[in-house]
Amino acid sequence: MPALAALASGFREAWADPAFRGELDALLRDYVGRPTPLYMARRLAAETGLAHVLLKREDLAHTGAHKVNNTLGQCLLAHRMGKRRVIAETGAGQHGVATATTAALLGLECSVFMGVEDIRRQALNVYKMRLLGAEVVPVSDGAGTLANAVTAALRHWVERVEDTFYVLGSALGPHPYPLIVRELQSVIGEEILQQLAERGMTVRDVDAVAACVGGGSNAIGTFHPFLREVPVGERPLLVGAEAGGEGVDTPRHGASMTRGEPGVLHGHYSYLLQDEAGNPLEAHSISAGLDYPGVGPEHAYLRDAGLVRYEPVTDAEALEAFALLCRTEGIIPAVESSHALALLPRLAEELGPRATVVVTVSGRGDKDIDVVREAGLGAD
Amino acid sequence: MPTDAAEARRAGGAGAPGGLRRGFPAGRAALVTYLMAGYPDRERSLAALRAAAAAGADVVEIGVPFSDPLADGPVIQQAAEEARRAAGGPFGLAETIALAAEFLGEEGCDGPPVALMTYLNPMLRLGLAETARRAVAAGVSGFIVPDMPFDAAGMWLEAAEGLDTVLLAAPTSTPERLARIGAESSGFVYCVSSLGVTGERSELSEELAGYVRRVKAATDLPVAVGFGVGTPDQACAVARVADGVVVGSAIVRLQEDAAAVAAFVGSLAEAVRGARQRCP
Ligand SMILES: Cc1ncc(COP(=O)(O)O)c(C=O)c1O
Repeated sequence: MPALAALASGFREAWADPAFRGELDALLRDYVGRPTPLYMARRLAAETGLAHVLLKREDLAHTGAHKVNNTLGQCLLAHRMGKRRVIAETGAGQHGVATATTAALLGLECSVFMGVEDIRRQALNVYKMRLLGAEVVPVSDGAGTLANAVTAALRHWVERVEDTFYVLGSALGPHPYPLIVRELQSVIGEEILQQLAERGMTVRDVDAVAACVGGGSNAIGTFHPFLREVPVGERPLLVGAEAGGEGVDTPRHGASMTRGEPGVLHGHYSYLLQDEAGNPLEAHSISAGLDYPGVGPEHAYLRDAGLVRYEPVTDAEALEAFALLCRTEGIIPAVESSHALALLPRLAEELGPRATVVVTVSGRGDKDIDVVREAGLGAD
Repeated sequence: MPTDAAEARRAGGAGAPGGLRRGFPAGRAALVTYLMAGYPDRERSLAALRAAAAAGADVVEIGVPFSDPLADGPVIQQAAEEARRAAGGPFGLAETIALAAEFLGEEGCDGPPVALMTYLNPMLRLGLAETARRAVAAGVSGFIVPDMPFDAAGMWLEAAEGLDTVLLAAPTSTPERLARIGAESSGFVYCVSSLGVTGERSELSEELAGYVRRVKAATDLPVAVGFGVGTPDQACAVARVADGVVVGSAIVRLQEDAAAVAAFVGSLAEAVRGARQRCP
């Protein structure tokens, strides 16, 4: 598609332009609030049986999640490419809120496609998007979740490529999106490396780095600088947590790495949950941000190359980790991020009590309060 | 420059005598009809296919039901969903090829050639080689795969020996790309009339004639125009400038009723056949 070719060259030029990078960096600092802290969570470490747990606090970024790193970059690019209108898809609503936010900042018109089921689950974020001046377009196809919203947004984009920029929410979709999103999210891992150094630590002091994987944007942003800058022998174990839902042996999960087969969806070839006829299956997760039946293509490569390990985490395990972080550190994490936190006890078992683990807390949990209340947390 | 393989493909494969090109008569434009396999159920989709062929379709496209049809508008999307539901079990590419075999078995070699329109993942799932093998055995002439990026089509083109692969051109395609599409396509070149998904449009683009001319300059294959053609008048107008007219959503809308399909396809065929003289 010519629009993708234009996007690829537009991004390449912008990324090489010091003026563009300067504007992005200034906004990341003054508007988003970067760098986000790398916080030493002592009580959580003690509870999970690890020596040190360091939390990369993306929940403290403006709008409450890492998604804003990506939308700021893409909206700046849209502006630079002369588009007056942006569209986005959203599952948890975080990407929609982030897009609506940065579109407002830059004076761009904004429409966000969202499945009707997600609109129900994420009412607060829907309301925020409207306050921020965005139009929320309900998508009732299929299960009414993220995959359907991506399909609808892509279909809409083909009709309006002339004046519209598609702000894609994760490290997936047709080239160059996985690349653009990875570059924009790599700020997470770059800061981790720098912040370790500022603490007088080296990467050798870190035994594992964990992040949750929906489409894979916060995970690729966390891992990529380690893969790029740290030699294999010194690299910590990199682990992605994917949605295990009600268990990978049930039909209700979103574990495309563990249970998917190679396939094409939304313009990329990766692991995909699909039926015998090649139709993508409906994914399930307690977190709207993780129930996508596929995963970004670079993660499929990293898995096959043995460079990153991926493990499913069930809804119940994620809820337990959610509650644990609330009680030990006074931090209410997103349910997505709780999937990564749920890896901590497992890593303690594997690596022993002297181990140090870095976890990306991709977002804060305000948006999930209804979901966890419905699940019975904090009832007594 | 066309590659040798492309040259060989364009000559028409063993599995499909004459390939899709056979459906493009000399001296007038061809009517290409799109129908959804299995909609509203298997039997009635077969009846609708027969009705379209008998009423004058020159080439028949059979759509494969798929859950995430990126390039299709609401009518075709809903028909695909209905087809999957009606089947009560898997109804995808394998079942569509079997349906095509049944249709082609009845039509014999005098009937219109058949192209399958499918997305890439069902083909990968069945296996590219297996897809081609079954399609050739069924007598299918070619494939149209709207989400197959043609920079990545090599594996399929190799597997698809004996089958035509129709590539899509868009109004936004650059001259370089049009040249490659023209050289690598086989059977015909599919011109997407306007940006967006399938479905009827109230008006066709005024730049259509110029766009078709640009595509024709890039290829010696027939050039058919689709996406948005929904009435005999529009079909007539398109038939004056292109070698073929593709009508999809407007037919799928009627697919429950074979008699309605016959009447509508008949009126389209008449409009297309008379186009070079005058439009109604
Ligand atoms: C807080 C949070 N974390 C993680 C994700 C998962 O997306 P990704 O894998 O692209 O980071 C989402 C998606 O909406 C999210 O809102």
